[in-house]
Amino acid sequence: MISVGDLTISFGAGSRSVHAVRGVSFSVGDGESFGIVGESGSGKSTVLRALAGLNKDWQGTATIGDVSAKVHQPRDVQMVFQDPYASLHPRHTVDRTLSEPLEIHGIGDVNSRVERALADVGLGAAFRFRYPNQLSGGQRQRVAIARALMLEPRVLLLDEPTSALDVSVQAEILNLLRRLRAERQLTMILVSHNLAVVAHMCDRLAVMNRGLIVEEMDVATLRRSEPREAYTRQLLVASKGYDRAVAAQMVTFD
Amino acid sequence: MNAATRPLLEIEDLKISFPTPTGLFHAVRGVSFSVGRERLGIVGESGSGKSLTGRAIMQLLPGNAHLSAKRLAFDGIDLLTASAKTLRSLRGARISLVMQDPKYSLNPVMTVGAQIAEAARIHGGVSKSEARLKALAMLEAVRIREPERVYQLYPHEVSGGMGQRIMIAMMLVPEPDLLIADEPTSALDVTVQLQVLSILDDLVRQRGMGLIFISHDLELVASFCDRVIVMYAGRMMEELPAHDLPAARHPYTRGLLNSLPRLGDQRAELATLTRDPAWLVEP
Repeated sequence: MISVGDLTISFGAGSRSVHAVRGVSFSVGDGESFGIVGESGSGKSTVLRALAGLNKDWQGTATIGDVSAKVHQPRDVQMVFQDPYASLHPRHTVDRTLSEPLEIHGIGDVNSRVERALADVGLGAAFRFRYPNQLSGGQRQRVAIARALMLEPRVLLLDEPTSALDVSVQAEILNLLRRLRAERQLTMILVSHNLAVVAHMCDRLAVMNRGLIVEEMDVATLRRSEPREAYTRQLLVASKGYDRAVAAQMVTFD
Repeated sequence: MNAATRPLLEIEDLKISFPTPTGLFHAVRGVSFSVGRERLGIVGESGSGKSLTGRAIMQLLPGNAHLSAKRLAFDGIDLLTASAKTLRSLRGARISLVMQDPKYSLNPVMTVGAQIAEAARIHGGVSKSEARLKALAMLEAVRIREPERVYQLYPHEVSGGMGQRIMIAMMLVPEPDLLIADEPTSALDVTVQLQVLSILDDLVRQRGMGLIFISHDLELVASFCDRVIVMYAGRMMEELPAHDLPAARHPYTRGLLNSLPRLGDQRAELATLTRDPAWLVEP
């Protein structure tokens, strides 16, 4: 479904250029859920933005269902962003946010589709004419997910969808995403720094550091804490909480 | 009580409320605890009043906030009746506050080194050249490589993790007795987070500093702190030794713990939290 080969992305020019992604390759099967984990600056979100078509300035190959990510249609691929406080238009009602993609693509039956979309993400009809400032963070993220699903895409790209939310709300959103994935056979890529979230949501994952994929493994390997690379082992240990001895042994991987 | 056994900070029945068009909103509703030379964690979700509690100690609340308490004392000094001058002599010098986001807390038009040196000069009463040396030493203490180079940088030239360590350096350079850290590591990568925590840990152990660690991350607090207070809707749900947090009794704490995905166990559905209205009124 998704195939990425030797993807290279850099920003800036000349001596000040930054190589954010340095030759990344992976593939995701139809209906599979793939995770990308890494620390800030590892290039994980940059890969996702390229796949979403938000950044078309890259080298290598990136295709979604045999169509290059530079030209694919928004009807096939949609994205949910990290910060639900920033990704919704503050002066558009939920109704307008959800019906806009339908109008742009000339899809009729707007009224019932919006109603159904709200019900699908667990929001009642009462939310339809509210503004984002009248919603909690979890409710906003539900609206963002509903918006992404309005065009019934086959691929959903998720960039840290729960890291701005409280843990109890995170559980609700993760449950929702798992249900929607099963109901619609969605292919998903989930980018997160949280290993437990990726383990819960994905079948396979790639670990990124400094623009490279350090290793790729299935979730069972991650759950058994048996990664191959030292970098991933350190990430695993660090995510288990504070330990004086562990903190003293931290090393930087370049 | 003499100075040796007296806790560093005593809070009794702290209440904070804000006027709204529909009446008073009670953000903190009767919080009592004391802090010695230890690591105290305050955990809770957004809106639980944990950050306001931290700010109340510094007397840094928005102008429209109503604050009341039976007792709010630092090292025997009553903060409720203290003069503005007394409060100024405490803030920064003896009680410090590290905030979550370095982007909004550092002065954008001053080099980071100058900001740390300024803190040392104003609160530590040292000369300009001494302040510079102290600032450089502090940058090294928070594990910043090439402190001489970083000293000259402006806040926009450093990464988030570095900015956070710079903030911590600035707050620690006057050698405070009590550090209030409000989500000091939640913007950091896990590995950097651990390194920053070990710096705070060293200061508590070596200098006997008191630390109030405000966080939403239960597992981190359980592994880092000595004691934990769990807050919900402006009230304390329970207080317990940090290593007992996994065995917490209160349904709210249990609900939070159960809603976390874990590497160790595989569940199709995560438990969600059902909020009991009784938590708003009874312990």
